[in-house]
Amino acid sequence: MVPIGHYLFLSVALLAIGIVGIVTRRNVIIILMSVELILNAVNINLVAFSRLVGSVEGQVFAIFIITDAAAEAAVGLGIIIAFFRNRETVLADEMDILKW
Amino acid sequence: MLDQVVFYFFALLAVASSILVVTRRNAVQSAIFLVTALLATAGIFLSLDAEFLFIVQVILYAGGIMVLFVFVIMLVNLDVALHQVQFNRQWMVALIISAVLAAQVAAALAVSRKTLYALPPAPAQALEPNTERVAYSLFHTYMLPFEIASILLLVAMVGAVVMAKKRV
Amino acid sequence: MNAIMPYVFPVLFALVIVALLPLVAGYIVLVERKVMADMQVRLGPMRVGPHGLLQPIADAVKLLIKEDIIPENADRLLFWGAPLISVTAAMLALAALPIGPFFQIADLNIGLLFILGISSLGIFGIVLGGWASNSHYSLLGALRSAAQLVSYETSAGMAVVGALLLAGTLSTRGIVQQQSDSGVWFIFAAPVGFFIYLVASIAETNRAPFDMPEAESELVAGYMTEYSGFRWALYFLAEYTNMIVVASIATTLFLGGWLRPFANTPAFNFFDYLPPLLMLWVAGYCFRRTPKQPVAVQKMFIAAVGVLCIAVAGILIMPMAAPSGSFLASSKPGIHGAFWFLFKVGAYIYVFMWLRFTFPRYRFDQLMRLGWQFLVPLSIVNVMGIGIGLALHRELNWPAAPSLLLGVAITLGVAAYLLSAAEKHEHPRVGEEEETPVDA
Repeated sequence: MVPIGHYLFLSVALLAIGIVGIVTRRNVIIILMSVELILNAVNINLVAFSRLVGSVEGQVFAIFIITDAAAEAAVGLGIIIAFFRNRETVLADEMDILKW
Repeated sequence: MLDQVVFYFFALLAVASSILVVTRRNAVQSAIFLVTALLATAGIFLSLDAEFLFIVQVILYAGGIMVLFVFVIMLVNLDVALHQVQFNRQWMVALIISAVLAAQVAAALAVSRKTLYALPPAPAQALEPNTERVAYSLFHTYMLPFEIASILLLVAMVGAVVMAKKRV
Repeated sequence: MNAIMPYVFPVLFALVIVALLPLVAGYIVLVERKVMADMQVRLGPMRVGPHGLLQPIADAVKLLIKEDIIPENADRLLFWGAPLISVTAAMLALAALPIGPFFQIADLNIGLLFILGISSLGIFGIVLGGWASNSHYSLLGALRSAAQLVSYETSAGMAVVGALLLAGTLSTRGIVQQQSDSGVWFIFAAPVGFFIYLVASIAETNRAPFDMPEAESELVAGYMTEYSGFRWALYFLAEYTNMIVVASIATTLFLGGWLRPFANTPAFNFFDYLPPLLMLWVAGYCFRRTPKQPVAVQKMFIAAVGVLCIAVAGILIMPMAAPSGSFLASSKPGIHGAFWFLFKVGAYIYVFMWLRFTFPRYRFDQLMRLGWQFLVPLSIVNVMGIGIGLALHRELNWPAAPSLLLGVAITLGVAAYLLSAAEKHEHPRVGEEEETPVDA
């Protein structure tokens, strides 16, 4: 196994790229994809520590995270479709109906 | 030696694909690069002796969630959106903040370098047979979260169907 | 040297499979055309080579020299890459399949799940191909095809889970071993599961009667509309490789893999002589047809096919004729196992073809209704039924056969209920109309 620090650095790199994606992009679907990137970064972290410690609990937690990500992606995309049907746009800047 | 080569290959693939995900103009290309990033992550899981998680990642994430993403992108794809500005005005701030965050975590890792790297990795046999151990853990210790996850999926299914239905 | 040895055989098998697969897929197409002709009381391809045996070679040459057309405004990279994704996913799934106790590229712990997961990556090839063609027919066909694949993957997976409950392991070699140990093929212990898997696998490979997305009279050819020449050949190869993968999964899980029928009863040992006898019979047929060929080249060709069959029969007899204890005798399970596996895969594909030329096509909404409202509940109840049967057998020590029959009976009861509910939906009685859907 490669030293644990390598996996943690990789995890942080993916986290940073995901954060940049969420904060920077205007297309809501790409924002959702960046959220999936962050969840993957967390999964890498969990599985690396599970391997280090020798217990399978990290992998079980990662399975729950994947399940959660599936549920959230489904609902999020449903919302995007519903919004698109009303306003014909997928850009986050133009989703400002609730702004006063 | 082989471990290092495999890790660097998958790590570089994951980071390169992620950067491409957040910078592409075309949403379909972003989705494809996200699939590549997810498959690279699955490769990292496999190299960490987590075979069940590797195949779960491939089936659920790459083969399920990403197909859903690609479907929705094709349904809402607008040529108008392709030609507009892709990044909002805060991109410089975002880059700086992410870099600072990454630097902070790197500093934290460097400070605890001695104690962290001193832990020897557990022998690979501790995780064998992988599927049976994960199944035992899921169905004995973590039975309650398992059931709650199934209710969560039911709620998400109903919610997604109601959200996306056409109002008659 | 010792470091390389574990890699030599798998790499060799992989190369053989990748090299032979296009040829095999081409000949499956020929067999399909001949079977179709036979069921329609005609002869099929007879011109190219004796009995049309060289037809696939002619088809391949034609596809290779065709003009490569790319539609205007198509996304070039995706247009080029989509067939590659399909073919790669289909061929990669062959890596975990046990063609015999010896011929397997990789015996993974998660073998069966690996095959299911990698074949589900083939959906991307279809969706991206339809998208990249920049044409309405292609996009609609691709989305329909992908929706169909995703829907039937659910029930196929649950049917597989039902059989995995009986097997207790995900490794393909372990599953066949379990069938050998318990003496019964899982098709007899979980027949409803086999039926569900049969129907779902036909839908998974876009074969009739579920081939709405690529039927010729609908949507032109679906996602393959804009593909011509070699790119179309790649999609085609992917489809037939998927058929082989799906048939192999069914054979491994339900039909006993490489086991001979009645493998555990010594009274049926004469079954061991059936493979070489079959090959000798085919060789005899070839030699009888030799004088009836019109041209000398065709006479030589069919005589060569006969000699080839005799050679295969010889290979099959050798382990039995060799003195026991020698290397040749110990290779008997490997060689005969490979023969039985390929025979069962061929039989399953024959059933595919038989169903194709028997049933009319399902309309797309009927297809989705069948997938979600019949097969998914049925497959879930199938898992529960097999679970109940196994629990009664293992925990309460009931005898095996009645407890599994009880599980099957529960599943069939639910199937009968679902079918009657579907029937009432299709043909409501006069006066008993459905309520209008509530405004959500």
